Amino acid sequence: MLELATVQGVSVEEQGVDYSPLAIRGLTVSYGQKPAVFSVDMAVQPGAMTAIIGPNGAGKSTLLKAALGIVSPLSGLVTVFGQPLEDQRARIAYVPQRASVDWDFPTRVIDVVLMGLSRQLGLLGRVRARHMARAMDCLNRVGMREFSDRQIGQLSGGQQQRVFLARALAQDADLYLLDEPFAGVDAATEKAIIAVLKSLKEAGKTVVVVHHDLATVTDYFDHVFLINTRKVAEGPVAQAFTAETLQAAYGGRLATAQIDQISRALG
Amino acid sequence: MLWQALTLQLGYNATLVAIGATLLGISAGVTGTFLFLRKRALVSDAISHATLPGVCLAFMALVAFGGDGRNLIGLLAGSALSAWVGLLCMNWLTRHTRLAEDAAIGAVLSVFFGFGVVLLTVIQSMGVGRQAGLEGFLLGSTAGMLWADALVIAVGGAATLALVMIIRRPMMMVAFDPEYAVARGLPMHRIDLMMMGLVMAVTVVGLKIVGLILIVALLIIPPVTARFWTDRSDRVVVLAGLVGGLAGYLGAALSASAPNLPTGPIIVLVSFGFFALSWLLAPVRGVLAAVLRHLRFQRRVHIRQGLLALAQGQKIYEPLTIRLLCRAGVVRADGVATEAGKACAAKALRDEKRWEIVRADQAHEATAALYDGLRDIETVLTRDQIAEIDRRIGGPQEVTS
Amino acid sequence: MSGEEFVPLSLTPLLIGTFAAIACALPGNFLVLRKQALIGDAISHVVLPGIVVAFLLTGAISTWPMMLGAAGAAVVAVVMIEAIRRLGQIEPGAAMGVVFTTMFAGGVLLLEQTDTSTVHLDVEHALYGNLESLIWLDATGWSSVLDVQALAGLPPELPRIALTLAGVILFTWLFWRPLKISTFDEGFARTIGIRTGVLGMALVITAAIAAVAAFDAVGSIIVIAMFICPPAAARMMTNRLESQIAWSVLFATVSAMSGYVLAGYGPLWLGGADAVSAAGMIATVSGLLLALAAVFGPCRTRAGAPGGA
Repeated sequence: MLELATVQGVSVEEQGVDYSPLAIRGLTVSYGQKPAVFSVDMAVQPGAMTAIIGPNGAGKSTLLKAALGIVSPLSGLVTVFGQPLEDQRARIAYVPQRASVDWDFPTRVIDVVLMGLSRQLGLLGRVRARHMARAMDCLNRVGMREFSDRQIGQLSGGQQQRVFLARALAQDADLYLLDEPFAGVDAATEKAIIAVLKSLKEAGKTVVVVHHDLATVTDYFDHVFLINTRKVAEGPVAQAFTAETLQAAYGGRLATAQIDQISRALG
Repeated sequence: MLWQALTLQLGYNATLVAIGATLLGISAGVTGTFLFLRKRALVSDAISHATLPGVCLAFMALVAFGGDGRNLIGLLAGSALSAWVGLLCMNWLTRHTRLAEDAAIGAVLSVFFGFGVVLLTVIQSMGVGRQAGLEGFLLGSTAGMLWADALVIAVGGAATLALVMIIRRPMMMVAFDPEYAVARGLPMHRIDLMMMGLVMAVTVVGLKIVGLILIVALLIIPPVTARFWTDRSDRVVVLAGLVGGLAGYLGAALSASAPNLPTGPIIVLVSFGFFALSWLLAPVRGVLAAVLRHLRFQRRVHIRQGLLALAQGQKIYEPLTIRLLCRAGVVRADGVATEAGKACAAKALRDEKRWEIVRADQAHEATAALYDGLRDIETVLTRDQIAEIDRRIGGPQEVTS
Repeated sequence: MSGEEFVPLSLTPLLIGTFAAIACALPGNFLVLRKQALIGDAISHVVLPGIVVAFLLTGAISTWPMMLGAAGAAVVAVVMIEAIRRLGQIEPGAAMGVVFTTMFAGGVLLLEQTDTSTVHLDVEHALYGNLESLIWLDATGWSSVLDVQALAGLPPELPRIALTLAGVILFTWLFWRPLKISTFDEGFARTIGIRTGVLGMALVITAAIAAVAAFDAVGSIIVIAMFICPPAAARMMTNRLESQIAWSVLFATVSAMSGYVLAGYGPLWLGGADAVSAAGMIATVSGLLLALAAVFGPCRTRAGAPGGA
């Protein structure tokens, strides 16, 4: 029969959860009367690259935004490196969806990257040569150095995405959260972004990406988090990214042929 | 006094004003609905302020040609002309420059109005001495309304209403889904311009009664009020006309019943009264209903989450969840589940497991879309279907976290 | 024109007009970029009821209660707009339209109901102010600028608007970085810990204070025109926020100066006898500048739609 454990006795595993770069418990977010995310628990593995995967409207971006306090949840707790979110802001860098800002805004590429340094600069700190050098270095890492003086609206979609990534790099965070960075970008940008993310991982940083392309999951990531309003599966790619979990997450929305293809690719 | 005013027994002028205001309210409410549904309510603000230079220029022209500067038809024609110019400026700014519509509205509104004020001071210095009526166009002035004025308002209002009725279908399509309308071959820009033309007509007709600053209220408040009561666009139109007409009638009557109650502001405040009541009390979209619904929803979410956590032996962290579970008799004050609570928790977990099966199964796709974490599975599946799912789970006993 | 004539009659109105224009244009830049230009419109409408209520409570036309009343009215308006928008699920434009027209109507009604004939408070004054009357009678020439006794006779509107301008500049300078970041990318701003809601409210209150001080001297037409026209014109001139601010200050100054001069002397040049409304003329000039910028400005068109990959 069901085992109804009482609430005392926190397990070792749960303590591990507490110090995870991003731990979410019982998170429910609802727009109107339909929850976009329902009672989700998540514990991001430190130093890993995790993909958040699920069908359209499954609450992937909502999960990320609630974790960052951009939308307020109906219930649930979020901790970052074991601390409340507000105390750990400096350790998080967020790359929003490209469509979320006004690209006609009067600002240059370099200004956007400098926004990532605003914590160091404070309210009135002057932008000095070392800040400038750091911003240029971040642009260089995403291959956008020569565009530093352009107005941001004059860039292509992929270039805009890279500028966002450069801004996140400038924040020099420990936890990087990216919302659909590969949506609608060219192949060169996708390559550049994934190279930067892998270098972050090698430097011991934790990376979480909302991702939609199932075909590249095994190449890019080592952990997955499958969501469809509820959590479906969580763990290393080899264990959690299987035909069964995909079927559970996507249900009727993923053609059987696609699942077969993916499971063949998984071996 | 008020009763007499309401029954139109306060004399000739008060009756004229009341009838005029009612007609104006109806046509403004109906026309404003299309503007509101098109999400361009504040365009009316630009249009109404842009009438001022036209009024002044018309006055100057009338005087220059030796006519009576206060000829209402002449002044209204002038106001319509300059409002049209303002509208074209606004359209040009949004379509050909990087300015968003709000900045274009604000620019047209302030510049045209400013220019109008310059012209007003020019008229004052012309020394014709008959300009006193022009300031009345700012806030409306019903004191000396003539039969001819009332006739102009009535005919103008009725004509606007008739035009709205004729082109309501294309306007509604453009308001609802502009891209689809264009794909269907509707000339969106021309329909938008026609809509604005009608708004302009209402504005011009309303200048005399409520003035150019407050006519905006009659175009916006009744549709917003009506929207609280219905989700059907044709009913919004009718209700907005009703609210507008009623506000016009009541406002005019109220203002006639006592001194120092200017007609325009009173009409606006009456329509705001209707709005405030609807905002608060409307059955589905009203704030009270929404807040109650949200609290109920939040309670359901917390209880459900709490039950699932209990069933899986997880710790419940949120104080609100524990409090709600306690109140529902699921757990005791010390956090230990009651017998009834255990049963509820087991049922919640089993339902969740059933849902999991349903959502992973292509055959249940339509049902799966109904999942929201709260819905009881019995409400969407038959007993047989549930039994079938239970067979696939293999019985509730092996459910673990 | 000699100093004896210029300093007492034109210097103070020119300065007041210019300061008012700049004080409104600075927050206007952010309002325009945030697509909240019409908050400026709403603020300038609700200043009237705020001032009337302050007058009713204190029984006198005194500056600070009026300022407080108007700033309070702006806050009430913004809160009401948000309440209608969020709780009632009404689009922001319509919510604004409901609120500011109602509050303006309330202000007019209160004004009609109270006896304000003894004080200088009426709707027309509220709309187009009286810049021309703010003269400095104690001045005799440029030397008066250093004369303490003559300075004591300055119209009180001048130090008031100067102080307001200083406050607006201070606010913009102090919160430049958070303002810029949260205007560009609100979600990102929140993730780095900027309290975007508080900051947005602070911007509205700053705009309201600028509006009240300007309104006191020059009426509400200038307020709306200066919130929107100089920043909108500046937007067509540059793709950098820093230069946009500079352009908007330049446009505001040019509008105020030339508008005042045109209003005072234009009719004389055309053979007329009396001056026309300076406030109206300033708004008109700012509109002409905007038109020129819209036709000839180097950055007048949108720079690339989002996502043009």
